[in-house]
Amino acid sequence: MKRVYLGEFEELVLLVVAMLESDAYGVKITHEITDQTNRSVRLNQVHAALHRLEDKGMINSKMGDPTPQRGGRRKRIFTITAFGQNTLAEMKTVRAHLWNLLPSSMKIVGG
Amino acid sequence: MKPFIPKPSPPRWATKLLQWYCAPQLIEEVQGDLEEEFDFKIKQVGLTKARLDYVRNVIGFIKPFAIKRRKSTINNNAMFKSYFKIGWRNLSRNKMYSLINIGGLAVGMAVVMLIGLWVYDEVSYNHSHTNYRNIAQVYRRFTEPLEQKTISTEWLPQPMAKVLTEKYGHLFKHIVLVRSYSDYTLRVGESSFIKVGQFIENGMTDMFSLNMLRGSKESLSDQQAIIISESTAKAIFGEKDPINQTVKLDSKIDAVVRGVYADIAKNSVFGNIQFFANFENLRANNEGIKANENNWGQTSHWIYVQTKDNVSVERASEAMRDLYLKDSPDGFKEGAKKYKTNVWLHPMKDWYLYSEFKDGYPIAGRVTYVWLFAIVGLFVLLLACINFMNLSTARSEKRAKEVGIRKAIGSVKLQLVNQFLSESFLVVFLALVIALVLVSMSLSPFNELADKSIQLPFDNIYFWLLCFAFLTITSFLSGLYPAFYLSSFQPVKVLKGSSPLGRFAALPRRILVITQVSVSVVLMIGTIIVYQQIQYAQNRPIGYDRKGLIRIPIKDPDFNKSKLVIQNELLASGLASNVGFSSSPVTAIWDNWGGFTWKGKNPEAESSFTVTWTNEDYGKTIQWKVLQGRDFSREFGTDADVVIINKSAAKYMGLENPIGEFITQESNNNQHRLIIGVVDDVIATSPYESVQPGFYWLEKDASNLWQMLIKLNHSISTKEALSKIESIQNKLVPSAPFVYSFVDEEYGNKFKAEQRLGRLASLFAILAIFISCLGLFGLSSFIAEQKTKEIGIRKVLGASVATLWRMLSKDFVVLVLLSCFIAVPISYYFLTNWLKTYQYHTEISWWVFALSGMGALAITIVTVSFQAIKAAMANPINSLRSE
Repeated sequence: MKRVYLGEFEELVLLVVAMLESDAYGVKITHEITDQTNRSVRLNQVHAALHRLEDKGMINSKMGDPTPQRGGRRKRIFTITAFGQNTLAEMKTVRAHLWNLLPSSMKIVGG
Repeated sequence: MKPFIPKPSPPRWATKLLQWYCAPQLIEEVQGDLEEEFDFKIKQVGLTKARLDYVRNVIGFIKPFAIKRRKSTINNNAMFKSYFKIGWRNLSRNKMYSLINIGGLAVGMAVVMLIGLWVYDEVSYNHSHTNYRNIAQVYRRFTEPLEQKTISTEWLPQPMAKVLTEKYGHLFKHIVLVRSYSDYTLRVGESSFIKVGQFIENGMTDMFSLNMLRGSKESLSDQQAIIISESTAKAIFGEKDPINQTVKLDSKIDAVVRGVYADIAKNSVFGNIQFFANFENLRANNEGIKANENNWGQTSHWIYVQTKDNVSVERASEAMRDLYLKDSPDGFKEGAKKYKTNVWLHPMKDWYLYSEFKDGYPIAGRVTYVWLFAIVGLFVLLLACINFMNLSTARSEKRAKEVGIRKAIGSVKLQLVNQFLSESFLVVFLALVIALVLVSMSLSPFNELADKSIQLPFDNIYFWLLCFAFLTITSFLSGLYPAFYLSSFQPVKVLKGSSPLGRFAALPRRILVITQVSVSVVLMIGTIIVYQQIQYAQNRPIGYDRKGLIRIPIKDPDFNKSKLVIQNELLASGLASNVGFSSSPVTAIWDNWGGFTWKGKNPEAESSFTVTWTNEDYGKTIQWKVLQGRDFSREFGTDADVVIINKSAAKYMGLENPIGEFITQESNNNQHRLIIGVVDDVIATSPYESVQPGFYWLEKDASNLWQMLIKLNHSISTKEALSKIESIQNKLVPSAPFVYSFVDEEYGNKFKAEQRLGRLASLFAILAIFISCLGLFGLSSFIAEQKTKEIGIRKVLGASVATLWRMLSKDFVVLVLLSCFIAVPISYYFLTNWLKTYQYHTEISWWVFALSGMGALAITIVTVSFQAIKAAMANPINSLRSE
């Protein structure tokens, strides 16, 4: 099956969107990535990745409710689509399969 | 509620920047996220760092995804879709109208495209030579002291090229001596070919940027070299390798093929030349040229120069102006002073467009026709656009209700303007497509007509850009008036039913009709006059009988030796009734000589005479008319130094009885020649110019006369006679190919330029008239439709068909008459000026104008009547019943 190409960072963002369930929006995703992976990411990178993911049909978005922290502005809430989920699962399977094929001396590294 | 302490805020300018570049559909979430992040950062790292971070974020967002606007709102797309849909429905509902509109516009555009291509081809003449901006031809300008007539000539002496190299070499990259091109017989092995060639000095390959397929830029450097065009190489050598093959030119000059160049574009000064040979080779083989290598008196060469890259042609021309005064031998310096001789450069870019001289300066030439046709083209396009505007405004009444309703349900003016513009865009686009098809279909007959090899430049991006520009401009031009006119209707008025068209609503339309018909009438008159002029010149008495007269140019020395035998054979076999010899063809003048005196000559008169050498049979062969005295004859053994003069010469010399007088040639040891006869003027040069005074000198030794003229026996068919002559020649001179030409064809060639002009002019005139007719037809049908009810009522009340027809046509007739009054003076002015350029020209007679006017009127009445009578014949019940 032909699969849409997914970059490493996009995969990360997609995973975080899936993880945050119905509370995934720009700032939150950025903070979550920073917290969970110790990577310093910038807001605009995340936004760009979200755009690409939405173009690829991996996530959906809708405007949320206005909140006072944001000067009354609404957030755009992202949710993962079934296609996105399938893609993640498939990637994981492929990786696991490849890990299994590694020579035993290497397997220790990945655990 | 306002907080007491103002909330710390991010830098204002950064927010402004964000708001400016960010797409409107993203601004809310992006700005929200940035602000939330800002608040978060304040708590984490403090205000200053938070503000810095905010700015970094704002700049970080300058990315395509954030800037890109949505293409257009869905709403607008739908509107344009609707515009085109409505436009399409309108077109398909009124099939007749659409046909007239689109067809007329398409024909107009096709004409403009053809003219545009033609003009482009003319203007880019010689541009295929990369260095054309730096190339020029050297000219000599002088003023005749007696008549104060200034003349420029390109004929120059050979040593001038040397002086240019030695004294003015710092200005030029190349200086090449050129012999004017002519036909040569190329013999390769056993076979012979006639090809047009030119002897030229070595620098030319680089100078004219020849694309050498074989050999190099230096291929012409060795004395015996010739280089041939690709197609010539194919014609002569076929698949064989042409390089280093030997060729004999005119059975005299040996040459070796050293290079092959890609065929030169047809619209170049070298377009017809098939090979170039080294000038040195000609000089080595031609006594006359060799003897005059350093003679400033013999002027029979051209000089082409290419200036250095940093020297403009104008500057070089200025610098070498006084060449004759400074650098010619002493005797010639005085002559140069007396004749005010100066030297100037004619730039290559003007060679073709400005080839006609007046008072020694290039003033006109093809450029006149380029302008003429460009203007005609614009007018034709104008006519087509006028049709479109006319028909659209005429239909405005019908669409007034639509406009009213659109406005009432909230359409703003801009939307209506857009609607009408998109409709006109649709029409123009369809017309453009049809025009492209028409042009590609008509290009090959057009090329034949105009003697061009033009192709549609489909692979040229500029062509498509031009098409697009054309599309936009035309649709704006032709759509603008209806768009603004129709969209300015007041909805209340049109919906109530009162006409939105005021008393003067028809005025612009009338003016448009007048313009249209005027242009057509001018073109019609122009065409008639051009044809009259051609006819007039063709009917001019030419002074000899060209029927059944053929000319054989003798080039082969073997042929020359046996030509008297051939003459005898031809006469004995009865193929020819006469055979004569002369130094130049009947249809050309090759020699002009000055320095003659005679009894009673004004000592200051310094005119030159055309000179032709003939033998005793020449006059009988061409059947010239002896007016006074007698023809040359063998019966008079004393006929040695005798001359026959033409009528113009007799008039010029002012002798009452020229027979028995003497002409003395001072420059030739005071040689006397006895005038024995006067013949009627023979037209040898342009049939539009008066005949120059001329002498015919008797040359008893026919071996010096290289033109053979044969008057065919009229009782034998031409085809049979030619094949027999060929076999006689092949038998006696197998080395020379059989080359001949019909004198009447050669004479006819003198009319080609004007005939071509006449044919092009008539083509465009017919198309212009056709387009105007379409317009009138469409307009009259709409007027008839508008007046359907009126006609019905009039019919019921007893009006006859004739009365109704008159009522409907009267308007147009008045307009056409008005147009004629405008067109006549305009065309009179331009055509008298055009005719003045010919010395021998017809007069414009009043009936041409009358005829054209009547013609326009007749065409209009026929066009309009078709609709008028149809409307007048209709059953009034039908028109009155429908409401």
